[in-house]
Amino acid sequence: MNKILSRTITAFVIVFLYIPIFVLIAFSFNASKSRAYFTGFSLKWYEKLFHNEAILTALFNTIVIALISSLLATIIGTAAAIGIHRMKPITKATIMNVTYIPIINPEIITGVSLMLLFRAFTIYSGFQFGFVSLILAHITFNIPYIIYSIIPKLRQMNPNLVEAAEDLGCNPRQAFFKVTIPEIMPGVLSGFLMAITYSIDDFIISYFNSGTTVETLPITIYSMTRKKVSPEINALSTIIFIVILAILIIRNAISNYKLRKERLEYLASKS
Amino acid sequence: MENIIISLKDAIVEFDGEQILKKINLDIIDKQFVTLLGPSGCGKTTTLRIIGGFQQMKSGSLYFNNKDITKLPPHKRQVNTVFQKYALFPHLNIYDNIAFGLKLKKLSDKEIKSRVQEVLELVNLIGFEKRSISSLSGGQQQRVAVARALVNRPKVLLLDEPLGALDLKLRKEMQIELKNIQQELEITFIYVTHDQEEALTMSDTVIVMNNGVIQQIGTPVDIYNEPENAFVADFIGDSNIIDGIMRKDFLVDFAGNSFTCVDSGFERDELVDVVIRPEDIKIVPQIQGAITGVVESVIFKGVHYEMIVDASGYKWKVQSTLHEEVGSLVGMNIEPMDIHIMHKMEC
Amino acid sequence: MKSRILAIPYIVWMIIFTVIPLGLVIFFAFTSQSGEFTLSNIIAMNDYLDVLFRSIEFSVIATIICLILGFPVAFLISRLARGKQGTMLMIVILPMWINFLLRTYAWMTLLEENGLINRFLGLFHLGPFNLINNSGAVILGMIYNYIPFMILPLYSVMTKIDGNVIEAAQDLGCSGFHIITKIIIPLSKQGISTGIITVFVPSVSTFIISRMLGGGTNDLIGDIIESQFLGNSYNPHLGSAMSLVLMVIVLLIMSLFNQFGSEEAVI
Repeated sequence: MNKILSRTITAFVIVFLYIPIFVLIAFSFNASKSRAYFTGFSLKWYEKLFHNEAILTALFNTIVIALISSLLATIIGTAAAIGIHRMKPITKATIMNVTYIPIINPEIITGVSLMLLFRAFTIYSGFQFGFVSLILAHITFNIPYIIYSIIPKLRQMNPNLVEAAEDLGCNPRQAFFKVTIPEIMPGVLSGFLMAITYSIDDFIISYFNSGTTVETLPITIYSMTRKKVSPEINALSTIIFIVILAILIIRNAISNYKLRKERLEYLASKS
Repeated sequence: MENIIISLKDAIVEFDGEQILKKINLDIIDKQFVTLLGPSGCGKTTTLRIIGGFQQMKSGSLYFNNKDITKLPPHKRQVNTVFQKYALFPHLNIYDNIAFGLKLKKLSDKEIKSRVQEVLELVNLIGFEKRSISSLSGGQQQRVAVARALVNRPKVLLLDEPLGALDLKLRKEMQIELKNIQQELEITFIYVTHDQEEALTMSDTVIVMNNGVIQQIGTPVDIYNEPENAFVADFIGDSNIIDGIMRKDFLVDFAGNSFTCVDSGFERDELVDVVIRPEDIKIVPQIQGAITGVVESVIFKGVHYEMIVDASGYKWKVQSTLHEEVGSLVGMNIEPMDIHIMHKMEC
Repeated sequence: MKSRILAIPYIVWMIIFTVIPLGLVIFFAFTSQSGEFTLSNIIAMNDYLDVLFRSIEFSVIATIICLILGFPVAFLISRLARGKQGTMLMIVILPMWINFLLRTYAWMTLLEENGLINRFLGLFHLGPFNLINNSGAVILGMIYNYIPFMILPLYSVMTKIDGNVIEAAQDLGCSGFHIITKIIIPLSKQGISTGIITVFVPSVSTFIISRMLGGGTNDLIGDIIESQFLGNSYNPHLGSAMSLVLMVIVLLIMSLFNQFGSEEAVI
């Protein structure tokens, strides 16, 4: 009884999650502009999408901003995580709590607070809203994710590893690059990937800090949704969905392969 | 003449104002298997970490072949360590783990290869070069850790409870293997453990520690047969420890009776600890016993029975090949040479 | 010792881009256009109390429904075999990877007057119903966008519940209902409070969902803030006062669920 109910709810939730997406995908192949009547198969919205100058520029902007901001956030954040890890508990807790603010604060508040700061910059210097303000804002909301994905790796790391490296002849600097960095690398990478996805996905903070000259993809999408009918959005959603699905499936396959390989090696060593 | 390779003088270590090592002095003889033995928190690992260079002393000095190396950083010391949880580098395969130290020394690839092969052979891991660390069992990881340290040809190998994570059978095998390696390579091993049996089977010299103080240094036989104080007696093997009064040389009072013993040199009427091993107590008919008591419990242990005998309040631990009924009255006798008299420990 | 220096660039960054901007919000909230101290911005919030209460009401309803729907889903996933858990989680997370503007837009096309749902119901000679531009549509948008934020933290605590614990409860005479109330809910507390916060915070502060699905008649506090900064009624002082109020609400909710500063709360 219990099981039937929870299965029904689960099925309902999954259908609920996917129906809108599949509708978007189906109508991306619609021959007409209608969002209600399927009048025949066509790829014309894809064609239009790839000739839409605004979308292509926005896509380029989004990728450039995501890469630059994630890279800088990763460098600053990795250094910060290592530094914070060695601090006294009280200092550490204070810094981690402030680091937590951009994660828990409503995005709109992070957005408007940065906007107030950049506006102060424009008043007191020649600062202009645009690429730089976007990159600064993205770095700001990305660093906490980097720090939070590296700190657990540092904490899990066997403290003897660095000592072992020094024991075998590393000076402290060599031990840092030969042992600490490779050890926390998975955390650095997953933080970097997280930063890229948050950066690409961000609308609200970018919306308040882009000014009038630079648009990222989500901002362009937003202005498209303001128009009543824009079937290119369907085509765009479909492409994004398929790209993400492919990435996730490949990632899953890789981790499965790694797991299986390790298990085989382990079994082999037992026999 | 025996050559002292490592010498620790007046070592004091403090954590948060608490003394972990209370001014200890220690000489390690070259080419010996030396064990630091004691309960957790006794300072044995701290002592090892001083020698490895990972622990700074508040005061005191460390000498290696008569040279002061107190301030020398770990990477410049001629010792290598096998860490408690191995501390193998998870991002490197077995070959690269073992070659780690040699690569830092910028040896030629050929030299590195042959030396890695040599130690792999020593620890029985030929053919495992390309394996990842996570694919190894605990015992294999242990061997890699030993190989990684030995490949650098250290003068002294430090081992911090290296067998603690292994199951009993594997531990016994590794004990023998480590001892063989030590004898084959003829280098000094300093081995930290809390397992007294391990210490007794492997060592040339055992150093018993407690509360940051060295309690006794000696051969395993000395330590077992002639414990210097009640702590050592209790920690090494099972012991009955009772209060006694030394009446005069070779005569001690305890358990309501006077016994001849082989100890002398105590003050007249000095309060002492009397230590008697359970296997040294003979169960005899009640009338013949110097001490009498009631059998409280009997447990079969394979080679012998282990009994608790209550003699006017003190519960004696006794090992006997004879079975006695619970509740029966028995007598107990002790030979003079099995009575060990010790000065009371200052607390 | 030395490596602590590595954190200095970040600490400087944090002060300039996190602490000072929040300070500016507070500063603007208590100053007038001419820069003098004033409480008038805060007092002006009185005119927007209805919007504020509407925001809270909508997001509370959305959070409760997310919890009711998300709880059985998370539990079901947590009891599957390891491999299947991964797949099911991927199914739940996948929609989150699509920009929420696109997901919300998808609902626009479904709900509008001659949208798919009304056309489907029309086949049975029902409707057309007024499905969009009302409060229900806004709440639906919140649930749709944020329900994965409820399922994930619930799952991550539930998957740690040992199956033997549940069996032990059964063995001791727990009925199905009591297993939920006496075992699973107490053991999932951490996940429940994290889930509530991660759904409530973006819901109460949204301005897109209400704009796209609410049809301009169901403005929320986020819409009002947005219009003070980028819209027609430009007034960053009033906007800051509103942001401050919103922040206080969020902080209250968080201290209510006792999560602030807990590192486990971050997924």
